[in-house]
Amino acid sequence: MEALGNWFTYVQDNFSYIMEATLDHARLVLVVVVAATVFSVLLGVFVHRRPVLRVVALTISGILLTIPSLAMFALFIPIFGIGNPPAMVALFLYAILPILRNTVTGLDSVPPAVVESAKGMGMSSAQQLVRVKLPLAWPVIMTGVRISTLLVVSIAAIAVLVGGDGLGTYIQAGLTRLGLPNAANSVWVGVVFTVLLGLVLDIVLAIVQRLTTPRGLRA
Amino acid sequence: MSNQPKIRLDRVGKTYPGTKTPAVEELTLDVHEGEILVLVGPSGCGKSTTLRLINRMIEPSTGSILLDGEDVTKVNPDKLRRRIGYVIQQIGLFPHQTISQNIATVPKMLGWDKERIREQVETLLTAVGLDPDVYRDRFPKELSGGQAQRVGVARALGADPDIMLMDEPFGAIDPITRDRLQNEFLRVQAELHKTIVFVTHDIDEAIKMGDRIAILGDRSTIRQIDTPERILAYPVDEFVDDFIGAGSTIKGLNFLEVGSLKQIDYPTMTTSESPEIGVSRLDEAYQEWLVLLDDARRPIRWVRREDLAGHTPLGNESGEPVGDKLRTDDTLFHALELMVQSAAGQTIVIDAQGAYAGVVDTTHLNQAIRRAQREARLHYEELEANS
Repeated sequence: MEALGNWFTYVQDNFSYIMEATLDHARLVLVVVVAATVFSVLLGVFVHRRPVLRVVALTISGILLTIPSLAMFALFIPIFGIGNPPAMVALFLYAILPILRNTVTGLDSVPPAVVESAKGMGMSSAQQLVRVKLPLAWPVIMTGVRISTLLVVSIAAIAVLVGGDGLGTYIQAGLTRLGLPNAANSVWVGVVFTVLLGLVLDIVLAIVQRLTTPRGLRA
Repeated sequence: MSNQPKIRLDRVGKTYPGTKTPAVEELTLDVHEGEILVLVGPSGCGKSTTLRLINRMIEPSTGSILLDGEDVTKVNPDKLRRRIGYVIQQIGLFPHQTISQNIATVPKMLGWDKERIREQVETLLTAVGLDPDVYRDRFPKELSGGQAQRVGVARALGADPDIMLMDEPFGAIDPITRDRLQNEFLRVQAELHKTIVFVTHDIDEAIKMGDRIAILGDRSTIRQIDTPERILAYPVDEFVDDFIGAGSTIKGLNFLEVGSLKQIDYPTMTTSESPEIGVSRLDEAYQEWLVLLDDARRPIRWVRREDLAGHTPLGNESGEPVGDKLRTDDTLFHALELMVQSAAGQTIVIDAQGAYAGVVDTTHLNQAIRRAQREARLHYEELEANS
């Protein structure tokens, strides 16, 4: 009980710094997720009807996700130096798979009869995609975006190791002086606010998903 | 050329890459303006493929497709499809759009203005029997199968195309609703006079919907193409005969009307005439029965010589009831049904006003069928002689 009170005091004392780190963290995540969404949806559309490329794309993005995050972040230091850039690239690569997979799955789930009738009415391939296929696949794609967001929120805490900012700074600061006063508090700030940020972003995206899902598709 | 077909398939063929036998082999087919041509055949005969060649959902490997004499084999397929209504069995409404958005799809692509589209949606929904105020803003998931297919038809009619292609449009709908949709569609077609190519595997649907029927065999070869009456009266070979199946003669009765029959002229008398007059008419006609009519000449009873002996005024209790009556515009199919039920094997015919017109019996049906078969045979013999 006393430890908890102690932690709250710590949070209160450092609140503006914590908020700053949280916002940095959120900014990192949002930039990465937006970029990954655009990239993965386009890639998904491109590979969807090309069986070989589709397997290749899904396999590669799957392999990327299995590369240990510590190594992944470090891999990009020689290219992008220290700071946020290598972290963003690494996070971007992690974010691809859920969105890509859901884009492909979402496009698969568009009923063939709907596509047949769209084509039969004289819609061009682009019109079929923009007016029919993507709107129908959208709820599934958004689910992928939400998964990627949670994934990136959590992994972004490691960005600190390559000089990036965000809530990882609190975790690292705590871990490097474990045993010293407030070390545990610092770690817990990193953990709790990362989780809270994840929750908030997921709720926001759930609302976005709801609002952008055409009414005829809502359950 | 005045008699130019609306659609002409000129030696159109389709061979899928990697296969040797063509799915459709050198098909030449004319569809006339304003008719419903039904393509019917066993599954796998290529009838759907043939239909999809017309709007180039499948690109033909050989031959050419002409609409109004214009070769459309090489024009932009999307533009071509906007001129042709297309209805499929699975309907394929856009689930994310309202009914009115669905119907507006092609008009919107063609750049119609908002007001015109709104009016068109209204007209089409009404035409297919859906109240615009109720259904306009609904989504496809809120419709029953029958309602969804009505919207499917309305959507295909969206930009008022001259030509409609329908691929088993009522195939996935329960029999009662299907019958209703078929009737409604025929009613709409009677007003719109579209040129329609209709695919089905159901010969009864083909007979009901078709102005002409093309019976297709393997690789979409035409085994017989003609009006349903003639196909039923004279199947050209065993394949066609097998396909139309048992009861083709009976089905053919649907196309003949009671009015076309020669009728037996039974003597008649009205209730206001005296029984003696009835007896003398029976004697003149050498008949055992006469038909008792009311003052408007509507038949009310069958009366025998004995019934006339009582010298009492004749009324609703005399003789035997007349039973169900036929009208001159009833089909012979209906006539057969009534005759089978009636004790005497014969039925009274009345005209549109309900007045007595004559009596028909089963031998008349027999004659009518033989006449239809003879006419169809002569027609084919003539065709052969001219070719």
